[in-house]
Amino acid sequence: MKKFILIAVVLAAAVGFFYGEGAVKKPELLNVSYDPTRELYQDYNEAFKKHWKETTGEEIRILQSHGGSGKQARSVIDGLEADVVSLALAYDIDAIAEKSGLLPATWQERLPHQSAPFSSTIVFLVRKGNPSNIHDWDDLARPGIRVITPNPKTSGGARWNYLAAWAYALKKWNNDEVRAKEFVKAVYQNAPVLDTGARGSTVTFVERRIGDVLISWENEAYLVAATIGKDQCEIITPSLSILAEPPVAVIDKNADRHGTRAAAEEYLKYLYSPEGQKIAARHYYRPSSREIADKHAGQFSRVELITVRDVFGGWKTAQKTHFAEGGTFDQISRTQL
Amino acid sequence: MKTRAESPAVVYTLLALGLSYFAVFMLLPLVVIFVSAFKNGVGPYVAALLNPDARSAIWLTLLVSAVAVPLNLVFGVAASWAITKFDFWGKNLLITLIDLPVSVSPVISGMVFVLLFGAQGLIGPWLAEHHLKLIFAVPGIILATMFVTFPYVAREVIPVMKAQGSDEEEAALTLGASGWQTFWRITLPKIKWGLLYGVILCNARAMGEFGAVSVVSGHIRGRTNTLPLHVEILYNEYDFVGAFAAASVLAFLALVTLVIKTVIESRSPELQSNRLKKH
Repeated sequence: MKKFILIAVVLAAAVGFFYGEGAVKKPELLNVSYDPTRELYQDYNEAFKKHWKETTGEEIRILQSHGGSGKQARSVIDGLEADVVSLALAYDIDAIAEKSGLLPATWQERLPHQSAPFSSTIVFLVRKGNPSNIHDWDDLARPGIRVITPNPKTSGGARWNYLAAWAYALKKWNNDEVRAKEFVKAVYQNAPVLDTGARGSTVTFVERRIGDVLISWENEAYLVAATIGKDQCEIITPSLSILAEPPVAVIDKNADRHGTRAAAEEYLKYLYSPEGQKIAARHYYRPSSREIADKHAGQFSRVELITVRDVFGGWKTAQKTHFAEGGTFDQISRTQL
Repeated sequence: MKTRAESPAVVYTLLALGLSYFAVFMLLPLVVIFVSAFKNGVGPYVAALLNPDARSAIWLTLLVSAVAVPLNLVFGVAASWAITKFDFWGKNLLITLIDLPVSVSPVISGMVFVLLFGAQGLIGPWLAEHHLKLIFAVPGIILATMFVTFPYVAREVIPVMKAQGSDEEEAALTLGASGWQTFWRITLPKIKWGLLYGVILCNARAMGEFGAVSVVSGHIRGRTNTLPLHVEILYNEYDFVGAFAAASVLAFLALVTLVIKTVIESRSPELQSNRLKKH
């Protein structure tokens, strides 16, 4: 038995050695991001590594972490040492600033377009041939339609979905909040599962084939329609949707501690460069650069877009009214039970 | 007394039931894993495992169990020893607490570590001041794994120790053996099969743990992703071959564990006779 313990210890040491050796020491950036940006940042990180090498001569390694936006923000607050975050909505980065003080509350003013290098919106993904005959938000509230959307408590995309449905109802019933709440409740009563992140919902809809309609990020819907859902899904653009601006920010205190501030800032700035914008467009995000956006105009359908600021008075208010403890989402879920 | 033979119909029905249950719940999932992993042939399978992120996940999983299992072996034996050989105040409480990780959901176990060692946690700020990183880093993953797998050794060893009593140890001590001598020469040989079984269970759980590790990992690819987390990531990236390739490694490790267990059992007449006596 002595021998056995000895072997185990030696083994542990050996494994530790190899593991340690595998991690080559070069400057590193950790980008903590939300769920559907996996493919985008895979491409972008390669481009940025090249750019960084060309401009500074330095090698850089970029680490990625993905998950529901709210959950990721929580992890950064709890000590996940992100150098930069790229989350689904401004409120989640506000929460990091407020609860951890790792970056200033004014972070959103540091980069153009409210720190959102690209935007997206919310669309529907339905089965090929649209068998459930879904054309607009009204159809999602129809009895018997199964709607797939993630949980607004943990997912950023889900909050955009929720607000888009709410905004549509407000417009339809002339800002009648009571009717809007009833409408959104009817939509969520049609939801058989609430995944924690947007990607989970996509897998539920496409791979597990549950549901008649997926409320989804536009970029995610296009990605699915172009790849794994090619012959089984199609995109429906509703009459009204929401301008979704997923923002980015350097987490100052982490970057300073790691000595990576210059790289972290350049990493985000490069997102606004023609190269960065092209990569975003290629992954079906709407570029903020007018020039690149015009080039890709044909790839997105035209839709009336409302903003969180105009309809909901900004993310802080929207979060408080709808998603905080006791907000409208809690109210409609509770009466459901 | 005359023993009554069961009618063949009953025997075959039971057999068929047992076998089909086994086929559906054990064999089929295993087959699905390997079939899906090799769906596009051997090339993509190998490529999925040679991928740097996959390699790092495999290493991390091995590292975590290589640290957590020996430590739990030592702690588990110490706890069982204390519980079965001595009487002390709070013993029942200790016995209950040992079982806690089994009864608590792994997600809660992970959360506890975040609440303790996270940046906003009780000890977190102090750790940060001293540049110690536990949560969202490898030490946190090891801690969470140790917590979840702690009971496995103790739970196997305590009953064995209890059943055997401490007469022989007492005899050894009266004859002048030291505490260590008694432990190495008397106790350890008596408990070794139970211990080994506990270690095997502990190891299997350590390599497969998902919930607790998921909470404390931070999901940084190539850094804090264990194999089970890597499987989830690939699955969510629509990389089903990659996901199942990684899953097949886990399944393979589990099968190896089983084979080791069987070999050990067959090599030890003592254990076999024990088993027979038990049944």
